[in-house]
Amino acid sequence: MQQNKTNTVINLEEDNGERFVNKNTDSTPTHSMNLGDIVENGGEKANLAEEKVAISVTDFNLFYGSKQALKDINMTIPEKKVTAFIGPSGCGKSTLLRSFNRMNDLIDSVNVSGEISIDGENIFDKMVNVADLRRRVGMVFQKPNPFPKSIYENVAYGLRIQGVNDRRTIDAVVEKSLKGAALWDEVKDRLDDLAMGLSGGQQQRLVIARAIAIEPEIILLDEPASALDPISTLKVEELIYELKNNFTIVIVTHNMQQAARVSDYTAYMYLGELVEFNDTSTLFTNPEEKMTEDYITGRYG
Amino acid sequence: MPNNLNSSNHISSRVDEELQNVLGNVLAMGGLAEEQLTNAIESLISSDVPLASAVVDKEIQVNTMEVRIDQECTNILARRQPAATDLRLLMAIIKTITDLERIGDEAQKIAKRAIDLTEKQGGPRSYYISIKAMGNLVVTMLHDALDALARMDSKDALAVANKEPESDDQYSAIMRQLITYMMEDARNISGALDAIWVIRALERIGDHSRNICEYVIYLVEGKDVRHISLEQVEKEVINSNK
Repeated sequence: MQQNKTNTVINLEEDNGERFVNKNTDSTPTHSMNLGDIVENGGEKANLAEEKVAISVTDFNLFYGSKQALKDINMTIPEKKVTAFIGPSGCGKSTLLRSFNRMNDLIDSVNVSGEISIDGENIFDKMVNVADLRRRVGMVFQKPNPFPKSIYENVAYGLRIQGVNDRRTIDAVVEKSLKGAALWDEVKDRLDDLAMGLSGGQQQRLVIARAIAIEPEIILLDEPASALDPISTLKVEELIYELKNNFTIVIVTHNMQQAARVSDYTAYMYLGELVEFNDTSTLFTNPEEKMTEDYITGRYG
Repeated sequence: MPNNLNSSNHISSRVDEELQNVLGNVLAMGGLAEEQLTNAIESLISSDVPLASAVVDKEIQVNTMEVRIDQECTNILARRQPAATDLRLLMAIIKTITDLERIGDEAQKIAKRAIDLTEKQGGPRSYYISIKAMGNLVVTMLHDALDALARMDSKDALAVANKEPESDDQYSAIMRQLITYMMEDARNISGALDAIWVIRALERIGDHSRNICEYVIYLVEGKDVRHISLEQVEKEVINSNK
């Protein structure tokens, strides 16, 4: 309204100066926006609270002899999503992953306390059959480890152990699993060839096919792509993305860009503790903890 | 990606999806900015206060889209680590939406002046014809700039950028015309001042449209053609198309 005063030098008969004032100029800011609209439509941000729980970890501690490798871990792994564990070497991410199907049982000096529940059942309960647990919770390792058998037999192996012998059933499962692992088109004409003849990336997908053949609920992946070239890595990553439609995936990776690419949720661990667990977009764009920020921006150490 | 840069798909189909999505949103935002501009000019020319008010109210949508697209881009940068064409596409998008948002602001300013002018002097004035001509030119520039972005065509982008001096000339011409009006009769001053704000806004929109074209050239050719003369821009585009 100050314009009004400065304009008074112009003296006009039929004008009282009011017409010089722009009534509408400053009424609405040009910088308003609709926050509600952004929240509603601003991308499909994952929300942990809304997910079904596949694994729940409560006050979990793990010791290698006297050394504590995991400290009071509390978290829930969502069902049919990809959850990634990242953190520097020795932070306990692989140890935690291996706890989910009790692979750590194989090490004598390991002691655990607390609970890990799958389907509401504590997997450390005396009643739990470990072989059955590992059927439900499959695992794929860093280095592809196909058996020295044919491609076909590698995938059929789990079924044969379960006592399935019907050729047609096995054929169907092998095809389905190889398709599920995005390998079928590359190997369908040479199923009887030795699996060792496949490339590293193909071997890794074969191992994933072997894991999904027995239809586990959960698949644990320990550095599944760290021994692969970039293109094979992308193929495995794309496969992981496809697999989450049917399986709960937990992946440990040294490569945080990989975690950013493949996962829905990411957990950052440091010295045996769970520092931050959040949806991947938030963790990689706006982490809550300074420690997480330092690690993902390469300021760690 | 629907473009003539990279016709093959990414191994990760999500990257295709996300890039396509964000580009679609940018074009939608561009469409909205264009609609706002067209309506703002129309509301002035035909002294249509309700239409002008609608433009003022709708500006919020342009701002909201800018923020949303920014969020999407942040996520893609953090999670997909784009390189080469993909990276240039994201850079171009992030810059384009800033210009589109400004265009939205300018359109809103025009609409506000349209309300003022209608209230002050009732109907249209003779210089509205010149404003309309300039408005048409600027709307076409914006439209064609967005087209060039959608088709990722650097030659089209260059053609639009080449029109930008024309809008500057029109700006000067209308300015001179308005000064004449003010000198003729002091009662014209208030209205003429408002009209100057309008043509100033149109001239700015012409600049923003040219900026968008420069981003398209950067995206397609990988060459930064900002802050150089149009002749030089032309050389850059033609050289790389040899």
